[in-house]
Amino acid sequence: MSGLSVRDLRVVFDGFVAVGGVDLDVPAGDVRFIIGPNGAGKTTLIDAVTGLAKATGSVTFEGQELLGRKVHKIARLGVGRTFQTATVFEELTVLQNLDIAAGWARGPLTLLRTRKGVPPEVEKALETVRLTGVRDKPAGTLAHGQKQWLEIGMLLVQNAQLFLLDEPVAGMSHDERDATGELLGQLSKDHTVVVIEHDMDFLRRFARTVTVMHAGKILSEGTVAQVQADPKVQEVYLGHPVEA
Amino acid sequence: MTVVLNQLFTGISIGAVLLLIALGLSLTFGQMGVINMAHGEFIMAGAYTVYVLQQVITGAGWSLLIALPVAFAIAGLMGVLLEFLLIRRLYARPLDTLLVTWGVALILQQVARDVFGAPNVQTRAPEFLTGSVTLFGDLVISSSRLFILALSLVAVAALTVVLKTTSLGRRIRAVVQNRDLAAVSGLATGRVDRLTFFIGSGLAGIAGVALTLIGPIGPTMGTNIIVNAFLVVVVGGIGQLKGTVIVAFVLGILQSMVEYTTTVSVASVIVFVAIVAFLQWRPQGLFTLRTRSLA
Amino acid sequence: MTYLKKPLVGFGIAAVLLFVVAPVALGDFRLNLLAKYLCFAIIAVGIGLAWGRGGMLTLGQGVFFGLGGYAMAMHLKLADAGPGSMPDFMMLYGQLDELPWWWKPFANPIFALAATILLPMFVALLLGLLIFRRRVRGAYFAILSQALCAAFAILLIGQQGTTGGTNGLTDIQGFFGYDLNDPVNRRMIYFIIAGSLLAVLALTWQLNRSRYGELLVAVRDGEERVRFLGYDPANVKLVAYVAAAGMAGLAGALFVPAVGIISPAMIGVVPSIEFVIGVAVGGRASLVGPALGAIAVAWAKTALSEKVPSAWTYFEGLLFILPIVFLPGGLASLAGMIRRRRAVVVDNPPAPVEKTPVEVTT
Repeated sequence: MSGLSVRDLRVVFDGFVAVGGVDLDVPAGDVRFIIGPNGAGKTTLIDAVTGLAKATGSVTFEGQELLGRKVHKIARLGVGRTFQTATVFEELTVLQNLDIAAGWARGPLTLLRTRKGVPPEVEKALETVRLTGVRDKPAGTLAHGQKQWLEIGMLLVQNAQLFLLDEPVAGMSHDERDATGELLGQLSKDHTVVVIEHDMDFLRRFARTVTVMHAGKILSEGTVAQVQADPKVQEVYLGHPVEA
Repeated sequence: MTVVLNQLFTGISIGAVLLLIALGLSLTFGQMGVINMAHGEFIMAGAYTVYVLQQVITGAGWSLLIALPVAFAIAGLMGVLLEFLLIRRLYARPLDTLLVTWGVALILQQVARDVFGAPNVQTRAPEFLTGSVTLFGDLVISSSRLFILALSLVAVAALTVVLKTTSLGRRIRAVVQNRDLAAVSGLATGRVDRLTFFIGSGLAGIAGVALTLIGPIGPTMGTNIIVNAFLVVVVGGIGQLKGTVIVAFVLGILQSMVEYTTTVSVASVIVFVAIVAFLQWRPQGLFTLRTRSLA
Repeated sequence: MTYLKKPLVGFGIAAVLLFVVAPVALGDFRLNLLAKYLCFAIIAVGIGLAWGRGGMLTLGQGVFFGLGGYAMAMHLKLADAGPGSMPDFMMLYGQLDELPWWWKPFANPIFALAATILLPMFVALLLGLLIFRRRVRGAYFAILSQALCAAFAILLIGQQGTTGGTNGLTDIQGFFGYDLNDPVNRRMIYFIIAGSLLAVLALTWQLNRSRYGELLVAVRDGEERVRFLGYDPANVKLVAYVAAAGMAGLAGALFVPAVGIISPAMIGVVPSIEFVIGVAVGGRASLVGPALGAIAVAWAKTALSEKVPSAWTYFEGLLFILPIVFLPGGLASLAGMIRRRRAVVVDNPPAPVEKTPVEVTT
């Protein structure tokens, strides 16, 4: 089947069960939000999918098994991710960041030559994430929100099919959130998008489907309305009540 | 059989020396993530302490025993000074710290040369350590080697007690495990760093006192012995003492066994190859603190 | 092509200084010293690439310098001895009846010349493959490179009969048929070294400005992050490390005819870490900074230790401390600051102050 498919995924750190038997299907073209209290295992789930955390079970994307592969091999299969704290190469320019992200398939000869001009896919990504104006600035000088956009741009040129975004709008202004949400919608036309997010307002406006995690397990799954109506979810979220 | 036992004990006593040196190193490395290249010169300071004390105190036994706490204090204070003046400023630049402390090491060596002269100096060993002990009928072990072994084990035990039971120890472990969290929880990490450096460097002073029993004292004695101690720390892994202890003895025994079957010069290469091979299996060292960050 | 203009002018000036000004201004003795310094500059350019750009603090360049130097010296000793004879020191120690098998291929000039560069690169490749793939890095890598250096020096010292032991390979008379006692030939050696330095600088310049150069900086600042972009950072680091090893090997090969000797004392732990100091002073991430820094430090060492040896050691200690603490980008970053003040766009990444790598935390 196409899209992301997770079966009986378990991640254990030194006896602590971070993810304990998760089954998850995200069909191609979905915009899936994963929510849950701190420590629910959301980020660990993404870590396992991208090869950062050791896991058992099965994770397939577009029919390819991901578990057991190295991080860079998984990335080459079209799985891309961002991080809670935007991690870009601060001393390189925006253009250089994107050019590197676009390049794992380049041969040695191309690598040893100097970049001439701007590759078309980079040009396009610059426009999509609205960073054309700051193309030649060091990424370290970007505003917080812009860095997160740059990361998304890097996923675009990396030719990722599956976007795993870890709190992409944390710390963004209201306008930036709106723009990011619209961007997610655009992306879903030809990508599968998974978003970890705490911001309920953002979730209500832009999620297509929602998975709720709690204590390493899936608690509930469905549309935003279905999940919000689920009494189990309300119980877990007593700290952050979800208005039904 | 005697030959094997003999080599085994030689290895154990090489390991004990390595352990004494590496113990302090692993403490400061675990704490700051930096390898202090001047550690060898703290050892030198400890050794010269014995030499100076023997000019004043004629009894070799007394001078050695008095030298232990004095060397601990002198080397410890040097460590605190180094931490306060330089290492603190380079907190986020571990590799730079390595080079800077090498510069400090060079200066300390030259100070020793200018004060004590470039040639090696000798100290007198106390009488109760000049003899040897015979075990299992035919295994002859020099008392000074036994003394060093005992000293290193006492140092490990004392350090373990300090780390496990005192509040200082708890604070040190907290900072090693998660510096940011410790700072947020209200720990004065700067003070903990300085105390760690005091203890770690003080242990180098003790090692220096021990080394006077088995070799000459000179300005470059630190550089000559420290490379292997660095390896012990790398292979042992950081954050836990047991890695350092095990690796120090294993490396010592390995070296003495290989030296016996080949030559000293070939042994150094074989030990290096063995270490690279070991790191294929445990790249983070024998024991490592597991954290969620995999950077 | 304006962006090519400035570097070309720089190369032009360097070429004029090295090929015209220095030979005219300096006497034979000083020119020969400069030849030695330029060898250190070649090593420094490699360290700048591996450490400044790649973040790999290599404290073991002496191994590669030594491999290149010994490969060259073995050939020259065999050539001095003449076909079928053994080098003088082997006769002197008299332990051997015939040349050890591993000496024999070095009688062939082409094999020996190739080995001066390829042998260090091969060793670096092997070691790099083993340790970069297992993600051994940072201080661990620095210590391992230093330990390799110590082991190599001890090995050489121990094999007195076949390597010359502590003395090393000394008293080299000729260089491919040219008598090294003739000042004209020594001058030729100087020109070869100067030309090699320019070639190494040109190569590194191209590496730095290539896509690979950008990728290398990315690996330095965020090795884990690069993995998620589909690269294996081990391979990226390997290229810089192996290139730096080749440069050190070349420097060693050129050092031998310039100085006439190679010995364990020149390649051990202490000289290896000294190779790094010029790089730190000059500016680790810049192109010419490491080369100029290495030349300046080597010159200062000669000048100072001629007069007061202990003063040199204190000065050297301070050289390790002060620039790294207060001017991590080295002297080159001063030039950068001035340039930036004049508001010209800098197209190179600024000199990196080593900082906590981009961590992938969760």
